[in-house]
Amino acid sequence: MDRDARMNRPFGLLAELTYRCPLACAYCSNPLELAAYNDEMSTAEWQRVFTEAAQMGVLQCHLSGGEPMLRRDLVDLVRTAAELGMYTNLVTSAIGLSRSRAEGLKEAGLDHVQISVQADEPVTSDRIAGIPSFERKLEAAAVVKDLGWPLTINVVLHRQNIDRVAEIIALVEELDADRIELANTQYYGWAWRNRTALLPSREQLAVAEEIVRAAREHLAGRMEVVHVLPDYYSEYPKPCMGGWAARQLTVAPNGDALPCPAAQTLPLPRASVREDSLERIWDGSPMFTAFRGTSWMKDPCRTCDRRELDFGGCRCQAFQLTGDAARTDPVCHLSPDHAIVAEVVEAANAGTRRDEEALVPRPHRG
Amino acid sequence: MPNDGAAADPAATPRPTPPAVPPSGHPALSRHVRMRFDRTRERYVLLGPESVIVLNPTGADILGLCDGQRTVSDVAAELQGRYDRVVDDEVATFLARLVANRCVEIDDGP
Repeated sequence: MDRDARMNRPFGLLAELTYRCPLACAYCSNPLELAAYNDEMSTAEWQRVFTEAAQMGVLQCHLSGGEPMLRRDLVDLVRTAAELGMYTNLVTSAIGLSRSRAEGLKEAGLDHVQISVQADEPVTSDRIAGIPSFERKLEAAAVVKDLGWPLTINVVLHRQNIDRVAEIIALVEELDADRIELANTQYYGWAWRNRTALLPSREQLAVAEEIVRAAREHLAGRMEVVHVLPDYYSEYPKPCMGGWAARQLTVAPNGDALPCPAAQTLPLPRASVREDSLERIWDGSPMFTAFRGTSWMKDPCRTCDRRELDFGGCRCQAFQLTGDAARTDPVCHLSPDHAIVAEVVEAANAGTRRDEEALVPRPHRG
Repeated sequence: MPNDGAAADPAATPRPTPPAVPPSGHPALSRHVRMRFDRTRERYVLLGPESVIVLNPTGADILGLCDGQRTVSDVAAELQGRYDRVVDDEVATFLARLVANRCVEIDDGP
């Protein structure tokens, strides 16, 4: 492998082990066509993928889903990833994370646990999650701390819980988490379907931002506070995934290899780890090379000073909103399509809007 | 999962200002952070929850000495023995950044 190839290898693998999930969150970024992913890869197939990933330079393995705890072979998969020297991260709803299963994962070498929480109290949390789950999450968080893992609590923020951000932070402080991710919803998959009911108003965001800023100061040195702002309200787009097929890759439950979890929506030929090696897919498949670098860009990105900073934003969002994945992400105020986003934002700020509009839950199981 | 902001840019989150590093403090890697050699990039790397830091050779040398026993001054003195130039500031600046990222902890005790 020459030096250029070695320096351009991915750092992280997002292993979406299954799209089955006991929760039914309406902001889920999993694909709408969940049934297309029922043919999940076997233990041996995942182990081969992890081995290939480690050999090509992947250093972190995020075990996610759906709910990864539903994989009965999770302990074996963690053990393989850990033995390969990768830093292993479990991304879970915490349903199924009993003390005995947690001990098994710890023994297998799991490095870090991220638990999702939907709100600061059971009524809203269970309504958003679709099943009674709040208390079990708190219990699991205590087990994670008790076994000596670093704990991240992830909270997806949206119109129906963002007003509780102070109480949410207080809860997470009580759980003694090491990190909190307050991530405003990104509109892919089921969140896209529920966008109108989820997108907060400008005022909600401004209030939340002030609360998070104060909390960050108050928690400095004790808890890392990550705040992901909604790109619909940003002047410039997010530097999605640190650039297309630059730093991360995703493998879906059925073996589809993707530059990001939403990329299955794009009209590009499938690349599957069941048919080819991860390295060949990363280096040469159209799925991975289509938007790598900057040569695919059109104006205004092509000549923009920020093209190496935000890489034109999100390809999936550009496709979703304009039908052309090579256009500038319409959240950018320089995009010729920016009116599409501006209209949605305006609607979210209309005075007549109720805060708790009905959500379409994703089905519990794929 | 999800929707956990992985697509977004965590770097956009403002980092707290790096704290001053006391010369008498004892630096060590945080419990949750691992340092290992990465054969692909031929560099030492720091791995933590949701973060990878690729170290340059000097950085790897500095962290190799941060064992919780040596003080910041000890680390700088040892490196001065290895290299010709003065590295006091370099050590303090480097460690301050890692303290801000919670990759390094500094025990201020004697």
